[in-house]
Order: sequence, then C-alpha cells, then structure tokens
Amino acid sequence: MQVFDLIAIFPELLLLLGACFLLIASVFVRENPIVVSSNSASIEEPDIFHTPRGVGFVYFCSLILLAVLAMAFIGRIGDVSVIAMNGLFQSDPVANLLKAGCCLALLISLIYSKQYLKDRSLFRPDFIVLCLFALLGQMVLISGANLLSLYLGLELMALSTYALVAMRHNSAKSSEAAMKYFILGALASGFLLYGMSMLYGVTGSLDLIEIFRAVADPRINHLVLAFGVVFIVAGLAFKMGVVPFHMWVPDVYQGAPTAVTLLIAAAPKLAAFALLFRLLVNALLPLVGDWQPMLILLAVLSLILGNVTAIAQTNLKRMLAYSAIAQMGFVLLGMLSVFDDHAFSSAMFYAITYVLTTLGSFGLLMVLSRKGYDCETLDGLKGLNQQHPWYAFIGLILMFSLAGVPPTVGFTAKLAVLEALVDAQYTSLAVIAVLASLVGAFYYLRVVKVMYFDEPLHAAHAVSGSTLARGILSLNGILVLVLGIFPAGLLTLCLDAMRRTLLGI
Amino acid sequence: MTLSFAIWTPIFFGLVLLMFGSDKSTVGLRYLALFGAVVSFIATLPLVLNFDVANAGMQFVEKVSWIPRYDINYYLGVDGISVWFIVLTAFINIFIVIAAWEVIHVKVSQYFAAFMILSGLMIGVFAALDALLFYVFFEATLIPMYVIIGVWGGHNRIYAAFKFFLYTLLGSLLTLVALLYMYNVSNSFDILIWQETRLDIVEQVCLFAAFFMAFAVKVPMWPVHTWLPDVHVEAPTGGSVVLAAIMLKLGAYGFLRFSLPIAPDASQYLGPFIIFLSLVAVIYVGLVALVQRDMKKLVAYSSVAHMGFVTLGFFLFSPLGIEGGIVQMISHGFISAAMFLSIGVLYERMHTRQIADYGGVVHTMPKFAVFAVFMALANCGLPATSGFVGEFMVILAAVDYDFLIGALAATALILGAAYSLWMVKRVFFGPIANPEVAALKDINSREFFMMAVLSLCVLWMGVYPKPFTDIIHPAVINLLQHVAVSKL
Repeated sequence: MQVFDLIAIFPELLLLLGACFLLIASVFVRENPIVVSSNSASIEEPDIFHTPRGVGFVYFCSLILLAVLAMAFIGRIGDVSVIAMNGLFQSDPVANLLKAGCCLALLISLIYSKQYLKDRSLFRPDFIVLCLFALLGQMVLISGANLLSLYLGLELMALSTYALVAMRHNSAKSSEAAMKYFILGALASGFLLYGMSMLYGVTGSLDLIEIFRAVADPRINHLVLAFGVVFIVAGLAFKMGVVPFHMWVPDVYQGAPTAVTLLIAAAPKLAAFALLFRLLVNALLPLVGDWQPMLILLAVLSLILGNVTAIAQTNLKRMLAYSAIAQMGFVLLGMLSVFDDHAFSSAMFYAITYVLTTLGSFGLLMVLSRKGYDCETLDGLKGLNQQHPWYAFIGLILMFSLAGVPPTVGFTAKLAVLEALVDAQYTSLAVIAVLASLVGAFYYLRVVKVMYFDEPLHAAHAVSGSTLARGILSLNGILVLVLGIFPAGLLTLCLDAMRRTLLGI
Repeated sequence: MTLSFAIWTPIFFGLVLLMFGSDKSTVGLRYLALFGAVVSFIATLPLVLNFDVANAGMQFVEKVSWIPRYDINYYLGVDGISVWFIVLTAFINIFIVIAAWEVIHVKVSQYFAAFMILSGLMIGVFAALDALLFYVFFEATLIPMYVIIGVWGGHNRIYAAFKFFLYTLLGSLLTLVALLYMYNVSNSFDILIWQETRLDIVEQVCLFAAFFMAFAVKVPMWPVHTWLPDVHVEAPTGGSVVLAAIMLKLGAYGFLRFSLPIAPDASQYLGPFIIFLSLVAVIYVGLVALVQRDMKKLVAYSSVAHMGFVTLGFFLFSPLGIEGGIVQMISHGFISAAMFLSIGVLYERMHTRQIADYGGVVHTMPKFAVFAVFMALANCGLPATSGFVGEFMVILAAVDYDFLIGALAATALILGAAYSLWMVKRVFFGPIANPEVAALKDINSREFFMMAVLSLCVLWMGVYPKPFTDIIHPAVINLLQHVAVSKL
C-alpha cells in the first residue's frame, strides 16, 4: 500500500476509524435497563430511562464526522479519476458526487430521527454506529472497481441495514420485516454472486476494466455471459426494488420504524444506482443489447405496477414504498440511452433528487409523530393545513415533486429522463412513462387532498422534533422547490461528473 | 423587464400574503391583496401603452439562459395576440379580490395568495416564448387551482378538484412528450425557431394531436368538455371567474401559439375536423345549456359554446376569423366574469343556484337586475356589446368559408338568446317566487362597483373595438402568412 492509495481512500479510512472509535466509546456509555413490556401502553416511562447517558456524545461526533466527510467529497468532485489499492478501489467524479449525497442523506436522516428514536427508546449508540457502517458499505460499493469490493460493500451495507430494521425487537411487525428483508436480500446477493461467478468464469477476471475488455472481444462465449447478465440484472433489480423483485419493499418500508425506513429509502437508492452503473456500464457496456431489453421490461412493469398499487394504499409508508418502486422504474428508464452521457447523468440526477424528496417526506412523517403515536396513515395527515399550514405546504411541495408537477425538482428530473428517452428514439416508452405518472399523480394528489381539504381527525397535530430538525425539514422542502426553479447547477454538476467519469473508462 | 414585472409582482404579493397571513386580522390582508392586485394590474399597463402597433413581431423581449444543458431560456415576449390577455388576467384578478371581500372567511390569506400566484403564472403562460417555460407555467397553474377548488369549493369539491387536475394533466403530459420531440428535432425550445422547423406530415399530425390533447381539454372543446360544468359548480365564485375568464383562454391561446404555426399543414389538413367539433360545441352544447337547472352549470355550458366559436374562428384560416376569435375570447373574459360574479351575488344571499328557487328578483334587487340582464344580453351577442363583435366577425368569416358553416354558426345567436334570456326570465322576472326572494337586499356599493366597471368594459368593447383590433391585426396577419407556407 502506498501513500497514493492512502490519499484515495482517506475518507473511507476516516469513517472506518471514526465508526470503530465510536463503537468503543459506546461501551463506556452507561446503559440503562430497557423496559420491555407486553402492555406498553400502561407504562409511562420518562425519557431519561430510555436514553442511555452519553449517547449524545456519539450522536454529536457522528454528525460532525458526516459533515466533514460530505465536505471532503464535495471538494473532491472536481478531481480526476483515480484507481487505487491494486485496482480494488476507484475514486471518480461520479463516485465522489454519490458519496457526498450518501453522507448528506445520512446526516439529514439522523437529524430528523433523533426525537423519533428517543421517543421509542431506539436512540442508542449501536443504532448510530450501525448507520455509520452501512454508510461505509455504501462508500465501498460506490467506489468498487472490482467485483469483490463491490460485493463486499454491498454486504456491509445490507447486513447493517438488516440489523437496523430488526432494532425494534419487541415489535412483531419489525421482526417480520427484518426477516423478509434478510431472506430476500440474501437471495438477491446469491443471484448477484452467481452472475458474477459466471462473468468470472468467462472473462477470467474480477476487475471491472478487465471484464469490459474481455466482453468487448467478439470471440467470447456469449451464451454464458448472457446468463451471467440475467442473474446480475435480477440481483440488481432485487436491490433496487423494482418489479418483479419488489415484494420486500412495501413490507420493509411499512414494518420498519420510520427512522429506519428513511435510512433504507434514501442513501441506499444512491448506492443501488452506483451498483447499476458499475456493473452495467463500467463492466458490461458492450453487452448493452443483452441488458437493455431487460431494463425496459423491469422499468415498464415497475412504473405500471408501482403506480397502480400505490392507489390502493392507506398507509403512507406503504404508499411511499410503491411510489419508490415506480420512481426506480424511472431511474432505469434513464439508463436506456446508452451512447450518451446525458442519459446516465439524467438517471443520476433523478436518483439524487428523488432521495432529496424522500428525505423530506419521511422527515415530515417523523416530525408529525410523537411519543406513542406514529404518523403513518393518510388519516394521520387529515386537516394538517388547519393547524400547521407551513408543514402542510412543505408536504404539498414534496408530493407535487414526486408527482412531477412543475415548478418542483421532480418535474425537472422527469424532464431529464424523458428527454433522454426521446433522444434515444424511445418515444413510445416516454408516452408509457407519462401515462404511468398520470396514474401516480392521483395518489400524490390524495395526500394533498387529505392535508388541505379534509377536517382534522384528532384534536391537534403535535409537532415533535428539535428546532434543528424542523429547520432542516423546512430547508429540505424549500430546496425541492428552488432546485425545481433553478435546476441548472445540479444538472450541470451531474452531467459534468458523468462525462469525466466516462472519459476515464 | 416589463413582462417580468407583470409576472412576478402578483407572485411576490402572493408569497407575502402566504408568509404574513394569519387568520386573525383579515382586514389588513384584504387591503394588502387589493393593493397587490391593483399594483399588478398597473404593472401590465405599459405593455399596452407602449405597444408598437406597426411591429408584428415579438416585443418587450427578455431572454436569459435558464437551463443551459437543454438550451432552455427564460424567454419572454408578447405580440398582438397575447398582450391583451396579460392585461385581462391582471384586470380580472382585481375583481376576484373584491368579490371575495366579505365572502371568504376560511384561510383568507391562502385564498388571496392562491389567486395572486395563479394570476402571475397565467401571465407567464401568455408571455413565454420558450416552450418549456410555457409548459412550466401552464402546469404550475394546476396547483393553485386544485387548492382553490378543494379548499373553498362546494359539497362535491374533492371530486371536482381531482377531475380538474387529472383531466388537464393527461393532456399536458402528452404535450410534454411532443415538446421533447420538437426539441430533439430542432435542438431548441424556442417557439419561434420551432415555427420555422421543417416537419413531414406524419410528424405534424402527431404533434398536432399531442398539442390538441392539452389545449382541447383546456378550451374545453366538445367532447372533452365534461370536466368544466362539474368544476364550475363546485368552485368558489373567484375560482369560477378565473376559470371562465382566463384559464380557458390558455388552451385557445395554445392553439394560436403552437398548433397553427408549428404544424401548419396538419392544421389545414385537420381544420375541417376541428370546425366540426366547434360546431358541435356551438349547437349541441348550446342546446344542453338550455335545459340546465343550475345557473352555474348553464353559464358553464354557455362558456363551452362560446369557446366553440373561438376555435371555429381560428380554423377558418382567415384574418377575420382569427381576429374574431381573439376578440370573442377577450369579450368572453369580461362577460363570463360578470355572469359568475352575478351568480355569486345571488348565491351569497340565497345559498342556492337552482333557477327554480328564484323568480321576481327584479322587484327586490332592481339595481342588480339591470346589470345582470345587461350581461345576459351581452352573452347572447346583442349589438353594441362586446359579445356581438367577436361572434359577428366569426360568422362573417364562416360565411366566407362556406355558407352552410356560417349558417350553422349563426344559430348560436339564437340559442344563446334562448338560454340566456330564458334564465333571466325565470330568475328575475315574474312575481316574487318565495319569502326568501322577498327578503333579498340589493347590491351594495362593492358589488355595484364590480358590475358597473365590467359593464363599461363590455360596452366600450362593443361600441369601439378598434383599440383591440388595431393591436391584434398585425400579429394575426403575420400568423396567417406563416401558416400559409407549407413546412413539408
């Protein structure tokens, strides 16, 4: 290992050391006995017994660490592509952009969820450390230049999130969700590994660049490769949660505590995009004729099934899960115009803006939750405008953004993807996509309807969360609007990063 | 900067109202909204006062790069076709604020803010010369309108709000694909460049169909007009006014700005089809209006019939027809606003819109009856009112095109007179129908002011339409010269 390698992986190293340090530090956090009760409603415990002393330190250090890392990655977006650690690790503009996004997403998630976790006695050092390890997995995955490091990163992220989903061990729903997530996730990893092994068998290498060279050779055994691609795409589809590999998404979104749902719904989508990009573009671009029809099918099915099924949901978390399935379909559509960096960057732009909107949506649900009450059904939002017009307004912006109505950023993202589609002569797919989003508009509109047109169900909506969380939530909502009105900067950033990364391949 | 002021002044006031609005001190809010509406109207006046009649091209042009990646610009400009609608939008907005004065008590700040923002967005639609900017404004208008119908609407408001939003979204999403296709062909979102882009007939027909989806729903043309009566019945008075007076014109304006010049051959080719649809709107929907029992529904169907005249005029491809259509649009802006305001006046007092619940209103509200009867006459196209000018021009053009079409179009005058006057007869004349009518109070000075000003506008435009046609004429000639050149 050389100095050069150390510089390339320095942020990851810092995160690893930081996470280990916090893990050790959390041993010294005084743990209070957690009251597990079958009839928890009758027991009113003050907060202090639920929240171990010293966790604030771990939390604070993590926030600082995440902020520093995010700054570091943002600073590195302009750097040239570097391959380090004997070809295991690559640091290119796309990777740095996505990693900055992941850090910020986790930072914001942690800020939103503090009060929520405290109220549910989940605000513990192990929770935070697990989040950090999941982030480390995402970073390794995003920067993977080798099938091994990609898989390693993926599993580190996945195992940490399985544990996070299972964190609320006294809840049957959470345990069920964790079980489903774990089994299906392991199955997906198996698919992915099997596909990778086929790739290795044919090309004789695990290195993405070597694989790219080998598959570009016309003399290669195409049949085995095609099988390998099928398994890889299936594994990817599992991880992204697109139809027909989507079954875990609604259950996990609904069963996990909202804070954990946010952790699954936000940063991992960026990591999933990175995995898609690394495997299909970095390694298998010459096989585009094989994987593109599969992506079309997955995307169209996701758009239709996600949007149609979401209509029937009354649980907001479940509805957002189906919405996520549909939105991931859009990301896949963005990957179709292969010969053009515009397309990949539009998919990336879509993923980033989707994560921003998702952060706000789940953040809003957490701010509206309070001790002993989870705001997660449509009824829970009834009449929000009458009591908290500002939060209702934020909800309105977020929902119209998910529906893709201008002038929100969701519209710009859809515009970018549709433009790439029309550019690639897939006008009919563009028509299907817009018709599917018309169906989607219905259930987003319904959320606005519930917030604005209905009378409040309960006496009052309580707003919890620290001033910081509420401030960030407001910023988040405004950002969705402002980025919709002035999208040029972020679009150019994505395009530029993608262009320079593709030049490096 | 004149156009930017016209767009952003109302939006700025809307945001201020939203931010500082509380439901405690509503009097200040009302005055702030009125001030904002008046200032916004004054901001649009330079557009007409400084308009260069000799110049048929775009004026007051502003162009700033907005999204350089797709070459999308913040590109504004007006010609004779669009300039009056900008002024009309800001003008009608003042009446909406005044009409809501003593009527809206729930979420007052949001009500005014929604209308102010809506008015700014609609001005943006008329001023945009970049197709994507146009689309953003066009779509963004749905959000405030959705909220307006849903929050301050009647019993069935939620159904109406959804129907409004989804119906219009369907059309405009397909238009988005068409816009992207045009971008792909021409590498630009500049509408003026698109007007020069060569397209073969299949492309033109597809594009025309996609544009038609958005604009025909908005106009609304028969048979996609069914959302309009539902929405009008449920919307609050202000919502109905802005919908009938301005929002329907967005669709008709879209035909002039997109369909005709971008797909001229397809427009000529499909012209007879559109004329047929327009005639159905004029005659069949006119008959439907005749049998309505709800006043708002009646006026809504009458709006569809009048907008049928507008599209009929457009697709005759003669200066007289298109100018007549535009004049009809402006005139309908005044008349329909006044009619919906009148219905609002009655509804506030009686809380019913059923014609059968009224009768003999003239005995208790004589001042109001004068204005209402005048507006009903204007609605059926009485000479010396603005309603006559537009319809007459269109009928002349239609006779010139084909006598049969002209004759069929002319039946609208009869039908219009039938449903308008029959409603007037049942509501205003005859003996006093019931004790509620007997207890009615005549209009106060606020309502008197609204009706008087609108009546003056209708009269002015009916007696002396020259200022309007002088500005419209060069732009229409320019448009027609453009349409006459094949793009094949």
